Amino acid sequence: MAEIRKSEGFIDWLDQRLAVKAFMRVMMTEYWIPKNINFLWAMGVVLVVLFGVLLVTGLLLLMYYKPDINLAFDSVNYTIMQEVEYGWLWRHMHGVAASATFLIIYIHLFTGIYYGSYKKGREMIWITGMVLFIAFSAEAFSGYMLPWGQMSYWAAQVITNLFSGIPVIGDDVVIWIRGDYVVADATLTRFFMLHVVLLPLVIIVVIAVHFYSLRFSHVNNQESEVFNFDVESKKFLEGRKKESKVVPFWPVFLSKDFFVVGFFMTIFFALVCYQFDFAMDPINFEPANSMKTPAHIYPEWYFLWNYEVLRGFFFDIGGMAAMDIGLIAFVIANIVFMILPFLDRNPMNTAPAHKRPVFKYWFWLLVIDMIVLTVYGKLPPTGMNAWVGFVAAVIFLGLFIALPFITKYEAKGNVQ
Amino acid sequence: MREIKILAIVLFFTAVTYWGVEPYAHSQMHPHVAPADFGFKDLEPLHVNGNVENGQVLVEANCIACHSIKSLGLEAPMSIEDAANAYGVVPPDLSHAGVIYDKNYLAGFLKDPVGATKLSHKFGEAKPYAMPSYSFLSEQEIADIVAYLKNIVATKVSDKTVFEEACGRCHSMKYDALKAQTPNAFIKSYLGAEAPDVSMMIRSKKAEYLSTFMNEPTKMVEGIAMPRVGLTEASQDQVINYMESVGDRKKAERESLGLKLIGFMAIFTLIAYLWKVQIWKEVE
Repeated sequence: MAEIRKSEGFIDWLDQRLAVKAFMRVMMTEYWIPKNINFLWAMGVVLVVLFGVLLVTGLLLLMYYKPDINLAFDSVNYTIMQEVEYGWLWRHMHGVAASATFLIIYIHLFTGIYYGSYKKGREMIWITGMVLFIAFSAEAFSGYMLPWGQMSYWAAQVITNLFSGIPVIGDDVVIWIRGDYVVADATLTRFFMLHVVLLPLVIIVVIAVHFYSLRFSHVNNQESEVFNFDVESKKFLEGRKKESKVVPFWPVFLSKDFFVVGFFMTIFFALVCYQFDFAMDPINFEPANSMKTPAHIYPEWYFLWNYEVLRGFFFDIGGMAAMDIGLIAFVIANIVFMILPFLDRNPMNTAPAHKRPVFKYWFWLLVIDMIVLTVYGKLPPTGMNAWVGFVAAVIFLGLFIALPFITKYEAKGNVQ
Repeated sequence: MREIKILAIVLFFTAVTYWGVEPYAHSQMHPHVAPADFGFKDLEPLHVNGNVENGQVLVEANCIACHSIKSLGLEAPMSIEDAANAYGVVPPDLSHAGVIYDKNYLAGFLKDPVGATKLSHKFGEAKPYAMPSYSFLSEQEIADIVAYLKNIVATKVSDKTVFEEACGRCHSMKYDALKAQTPNAFIKSYLGAEAPDVSMMIRSKKAEYLSTFMNEPTKMVEGIAMPRVGLTEASQDQVINYMESVGDRKKAERESLGLKLIGFMAIFTLIAYLWKVQIWKEVE
């Protein structure tokens, strides 16, 4: 037990009991971040802010939302959007923040790939990040169902039905997920539970692990330069701040992040009030109708690349049904990023992509291919569109098959 | 500067993706159609001037057997239930018909109701339309009726009244406590489809689509049961305004608050930037 003496003030009183000063040092003032970074390193903090926005607006919405197929639509579109003071604002912020979260996640993810931040000791940061991506995807999908609009219903119908592709037990799994033979009240209520309790809990825990895993291998920097953090932090503490290669999380790193967050949130509020259709599809303002299939069924934009990999395989190949090939490709697409650190056979080379002779082409091809998949995932899959989707899906899978060979080749070429 | 270059790249790919999934994808999913035709050019225009007195005689002899003209104190001869039962749909009140519907459309409608409403896929010999054709009247008599109906409208019609008269016989607006005058079950057997509640239509379809759609529903959705009702451009705008006042009631608040929120964040960003410059001066 610590030695307790008469406190010199409130902070000291707390410090004797909770060691708050040491805690602040470890978490803030002596948590060292490389100095040689750019604004892409602020995306993590932007995501934390967005998650905070989602959490707070979510709690406010929860006070009026009714998870019942007869009440859900009106509780959102009438009670929240019209009756509750600023209810529309909370809903718009919630919907736009969900979409914006995915935009930032993708930027965060591509930053990690570009700067080689997924390997050489940073594998757990990468893997927990990809777990977060999957958890956020489930969170977004379950949340999209709640307003019980046309696309809520039909997306739920199509996506839950995907599980019927699992051999032998598929059909039973679909019923188990839906809680009914069709998407119905039981489905809405359980997805409501997932959206407001289980998945947020999982996300919060995994965020904690993600941050924790960052403490061992440290944050990467623009040149992937390896240096001794103890030596550099000592320089900083001795007052040789300009010479040191690191800065403390607070206030130096966060001062820049506040600026980036401010810039981003300015755009965010413009989207919330003036340009929200991309995040709140108009079709979902039409009440769910199981008798009326919409002309075009598509997921939210951030799932489109994935969706296009699924439906890109639109014809049977070698006796295998198109649907099965698509489903296998879809499953691969969902987990392939997770194993990226192990597909890269040049694990010690963490140079940024522009310094790697072949990997840089691989990277930009991946970005372009995923954008093509995203756009064609929304277009009607007819005629030429279906073939573009097919080729883009094949290229996507091909890129990941090629990655071990490309990186092996680079390693042999002795490019450091 | 390197960061500006990186920002430009990020913004470029974001913009391309946005363009692809929003404007471009929507242009592919909803092919362009001809704009709304408020001249109703497919109908023969009236080329004689109507006589109001003769119009009154004709209306009293022909129309008020089924239609009410509440502004003149003329109630419908049947109750709403009986009318729905007898015709399949409640006949419209004619108090403001002369101004909310286009003159040439009204004339065309009197001569050939099924043709003017573009409902030939729903009505014909086998299933007659509730409104009979008055093609036996002369061009002059038709013009007289139209002139009389216009003449009886003394005051400006409110947005809500236009909606009630033009749309409210089939469509409910439950977020404004308006129930369709004709019970839904009758509509279904009359037109083969239920008429949806339109409370949130302004958000789900958007004003631009609605203005082309209402002007000619079958042009936008093949085989749809909704008739072309022949609203003038001004009265159709009134309907859209009314739909917006119900389905997007907080639009004005949203648009004015937006400026404040953006302004607040812009000031926050500026202060954060100045602070950042000050802090980083020590380390760079």
